Amino acid sequence: MADLVESVLQKAAEKESKYKSIEVHKDIDLDIDAGNLLAVDPNPLDAKKLREKRDEYLISLARDNTQLLINRIWELPVERVEGTIVAKLPAPKTILPREKPIPKPKPETKWQQYAKLKGIQNKKKARKVWDDEIKDWRPTWGYQSRVNDELNEWVLEVPANADPYEDQFGKAKKAKTERVAKNELQRMRNIARASKLKVPGVGLTPTDTPSKDHLSKALTLAKKSTASVGKFTDSLPKEKPVKNTGKKRKFEPNVGDMSKEKSAQLDILSKMAKAGPTVNVTKAMKQHMLEEEQQRQKTNSERPKKAKSIKKSIKRKQGKDTKRGGGGKGKRRGRK
Amino acid sequence: MNHFMSSGCHPLKCYAALYCRRKPKTQRSKRYLESRESKLTENTKTAMFIRGGRTSEVVSQTLKDMYFLKKPDAVMFQKKNIMRPLEDQTSLEFLSDRNDASLFMFGSHQKKRPNNVVIGRFFDFHVLDMVELGIEKYKSMQEFHVGKFSLGSKPCLLFAGEAFENEPEYQRLKNLLIDFFRGPVIENIRLAGLEHVLLFTTLDGKIYLRNYKVQMKKSGSRTPRIELEEIGPSVDFSMRRTRLASDDLYKRARQQPKQAKPKKVKNINRDPFGSKLGRIHMEKQDLDKLQTRKMKGLKRKTSDNTDKKVEAKKVR
Repeated sequence: MADLVESVLQKAAEKESKYKSIEVHKDIDLDIDAGNLLAVDPNPLDAKKLREKRDEYLISLARDNTQLLINRIWELPVERVEGTIVAKLPAPKTILPREKPIPKPKPETKWQQYAKLKGIQNKKKARKVWDDEIKDWRPTWGYQSRVNDELNEWVLEVPANADPYEDQFGKAKKAKTERVAKNELQRMRNIARASKLKVPGVGLTPTDTPSKDHLSKALTLAKKSTASVGKFTDSLPKEKPVKNTGKKRKFEPNVGDMSKEKSAQLDILSKMAKAGPTVNVTKAMKQHMLEEEQQRQKTNSERPKKAKSIKKSIKRKQGKDTKRGGGGKGKRRGRK
Repeated sequence: MNHFMSSGCHPLKCYAALYCRRKPKTQRSKRYLESRESKLTENTKTAMFIRGGRTSEVVSQTLKDMYFLKKPDAVMFQKKNIMRPLEDQTSLEFLSDRNDASLFMFGSHQKKRPNNVVIGRFFDFHVLDMVELGIEKYKSMQEFHVGKFSLGSKPCLLFAGEAFENEPEYQRLKNLLIDFFRGPVIENIRLAGLEHVLLFTTLDGKIYLRNYKVQMKKSGSRTPRIELEEIGPSVDFSMRRTRLASDDLYKRARQQPKQAKPKKVKNINRDPFGSKLGRIHMEKQDLDKLQTRKMKGLKRKTSDNTDKKVEAKKVR
């Protein structure tokens, strides 16, 4: 029995002497972050050795520390991927600064807010739909979709009771541009709301069946939309003066709420102290209008007008289910 | 009929300020913009290597070698860029924005500060930390006539010296160096692919950078015995000026997204010895179905047929 133990021990000793040891002794354990393949040695350096035999000392130091790091990595769970052995690294421990700030969640659009409130869920639309007419699949939206069919028609019906000389092609084109413009405006409003800017009223949205209220609002707006803000616009005979338009001025009592006055004064001070960039609205506006003009010219030059001689006269189906637009601020989602 | 396009009281007027935020016009530009947006799990940081107005042989060689260490997440600028990073950061920040890079190494050589290297990083395209290092002694990669490591392999980083633990400036420098050299964050590592070691040692205001190649030898056990071979570059740096981020900014830059944090698992905790303790909620046990000790005498005899079979077996 004793012989057996002795021989086993001897064998082990022989094996050990054959290879150099992988054991490394350090007074203080290394701080190892395996996720970053990083080891930090908190032990004090041997200053004398470092000065005299720098490279030899550093290589021995590096060897010991690498050995400890490798020992740790070899303890990690391994798997075989495509014939090579890989170790699964833990997540990095050392917290490093980010490259860019944490992304903020995208602000909800007005529609998304409303849908959430009402519990309306998105129905996933198929990317393509079957078109019976051309016996092929076509995109549901975008380029070559049926949405733009109206613009590519070589012939259009003239609705009953419509002016026969009215340009139906131009009408369709204009309707499309206005839908696009409305969408763009709503996008802008969403951005304004998200960046906590003042969201102005929508003005007037397009409706097929404008109400009396809608028309009177349009009239007042049109009258005011001159360079002199409607000062010289003639009024119709028997026209009633417009009520409730414009801003109402409010005067605070001379003596009264101190806290309100304090907050108002502080508000002014903070506004003065704010060093934000001021946007030259007029300039931006001008630029925008110029661009728009250029765009229009470009599209006009690209697409010469089509011949509009042949017109059928079948009444166009009009949406009766369109919600009557009231004068309120509610969202109007009339179908066109 | 419509007022969006033509009315005088134009709502767009109010949006003029917002109009700079235009939608990308093509899918390609959209993808490009998306690739630059901030993400929950970030890309590997790209480093810019910039030559100053005048560079010495040592400095340009250092930049070249460091570029080699940092490849493929690096851009080397071929032209000179006359700037003083510690005095004026605007052009640096411009370059960072243009290249979508958040690390840089700038080399210059002046009478006042010979063989100068500035290492730094950006947060949100603004300079976060910058450390100026002077090259005291330099031995390039070419001077070591040994085989190099394969390109793009993740290096092992080693730090030694008390200053890296105690002094705030060195602590930050350590963090910066880890950030600079650690390479991509990965889940799996090929064990045979651990071939490059970077050692940073500090003593008496000097920082010694050494690069080694790992050789794995047999050890008689599964874990290999490690031997190292110096491959260069080997640099002795001295600390010069620093420009570190304020604690506030630094803290903001280090914020971790909530989504990245691991979710807490309910009803399971660990005791100090590391063993897992869990609480399990069970239904009341049905005692009728309890299996008691099996005994031969209690065995149910269903039919004669089975008895016969048993007997037959015994005969055999």
